[in-house]
Amino acid sequence: MADVIISVHNLHKWYSGVHALKGVTLDFTRGEALGLVGDNGAGKSTLINILSGVHTADQGEIKVEGRTVRIAKPRDAMDLGIETIYQYNSMVPTMSIARNLFIGREPTRFSVFGVGLLDQKKMASESIRAIANVDLHLRSPDALVGELSGGQRQGVAIARAMHFKSKVMILDEPTNHLSVKETKKVIGFVRGLKEQGITGVFISHNMHHVFECCDRVVAMARGEIVLDKRIAETSIDEVHGVL
Amino acid sequence: MKRLFKTYLEKPELAGLILLLLLIVVFQIRSHGVFLNQDNLRGILGILPEAGLVAIGVTILMISGEFDLSVGSVFALMPMTMAVLMLHGAPFPLALLAGLLVSAAIGFINGYVTIRFAIPSFITTLGMLFMARSLTVVVSGGFPPLLPADLPNWLFTSFVGPGNMFRMSFLWFAGIAVLTSLMLSRTNFGNWIKATGGFPPAAAAMGIPTARVKIICFMLCSMLSGFAGMLQVLRLGSPLPSIGEGMELQAVASAVIGGASLAGGIGTVMGGIIGTTLIRVIDNGLVLSHVDANWFKFAIGFLTIFAVVANAWMRKRAKAIKMED
Repeated sequence: MADVIISVHNLHKWYSGVHALKGVTLDFTRGEALGLVGDNGAGKSTLINILSGVHTADQGEIKVEGRTVRIAKPRDAMDLGIETIYQYNSMVPTMSIARNLFIGREPTRFSVFGVGLLDQKKMASESIRAIANVDLHLRSPDALVGELSGGQRQGVAIARAMHFKSKVMILDEPTNHLSVKETKKVIGFVRGLKEQGITGVFISHNMHHVFECCDRVVAMARGEIVLDKRIAETSIDEVHGVL
Repeated sequence: MKRLFKTYLEKPELAGLILLLLLIVVFQIRSHGVFLNQDNLRGILGILPEAGLVAIGVTILMISGEFDLSVGSVFALMPMTMAVLMLHGAPFPLALLAGLLVSAAIGFINGYVTIRFAIPSFITTLGMLFMARSLTVVVSGGFPPLLPADLPNWLFTSFVGPGNMFRMSFLWFAGIAVLTSLMLSRTNFGNWIKATGGFPPAAAAMGIPTARVKIICFMLCSMLSGFAGMLQVLRLGSPLPSIGEGMELQAVASAVIGGASLAGGIGTVMGGIIGTTLIRVIDNGLVLSHVDANWFKFAIGFLTIFAVVANAWMRKRAKAIKMED
């Protein structure tokens, strides 16, 4: 048995009468890049939202590193090392790169009831390091995120996830609205996760992108998993066939 | 040099500050030096804290992405609550506490209803504007109650400082301005306010309790407005139920002139203060320059639009300056 990091068992979710997730059982392996594909409404976003704490499952079990966990809010997922990068962009454009990197997890010099003075020196130095680690070349951590290109923003989001030592990185349609060059870069990031032992969950409509950077592909349709194979053992045509 | 230029162009309060300095020079010349003399400055600084504290609250709330039209009514209701309680024998500190609690409760209701029912805060607080004003008149019984004689005016309205330059209220104002400014720019809570107003889905996805952050900003805004109303009542010596009418829009104008964005996420406490000062300076300067005082509202209106246009232009310029190094 491979080294399983997240294991979901018999996950169900109803949205006001719609059975969006019909007993999904799936293991995520450490260090593996997993491509999650499926049409709109197939249940992949529902599955991801449950793992990232945006929604909770109505039924079923989630285990992280063998331990049964309850993910009730985004913070719970983050504390378990599950970091999600959304298609709509998980950055605040009116704030600087350094501030964005630490939203919700700001280093403070002292604090009372969780509110305290920001350690701005630490934020500046650590954000410079975090950005350099993902091979992003940005002028300064004080630049506003709103001035960055879409690819650069995804890069900063990935840098943030890396910085907080996430074990699983979920990328929800990260290549949407990106230029060809920037898409290449994001795909490069996903490939790079493997070397760091991070599990990547790559959600995309674009089968070519999935086949370019993933080890395994899981296809969903109508709330169920309809295919789960290693990339080497399947083809784009086969995946298209089951969808 | 280029970087410095860019950094300053990105400061949201820059347009307001330049306008303020310009107007001070114009009024100083037009009034033949009366504008900046000690008596006149004392007059301006004496009433600045009242509008200034309201503007601080409104600015912070706007940065969090919400809006409060009820501040003028809370401005009247808080001191009226105090006056009625003191009339019935409550000591000043207890009345002050009760007044602040009433203000906080109104802020909480504004925030809770806005978020729980997902309606625009423009509507919630417009409703509250009427309700709180009505309550003020009802609790007053139609006649402004008499204030007791032994009020701690030394703590709030007495003149202090070199040449009796300031009222005590100015020290409260300065202290609160420094504290709120630090909160916004130097604490993690300030970071959450900016993130919540800047792009709520991202803030929520990063685990920030956006609803709680907004409700706290609503409560802070209401409490500052109530406290400011109390300062005015102590200065005037009588709790008129009509004080603060029209204040909500002036406070929004102050925040906007100071660079706060109606869309949220952008703005500074200093900007709100600059905006308020600008309005007070115009009010006073027009009179000193023998201009028909009815031009006051015209000037505020014009400045509001002008400041926003100027700010948008400067932000675009700043963005155009590419720093490659």
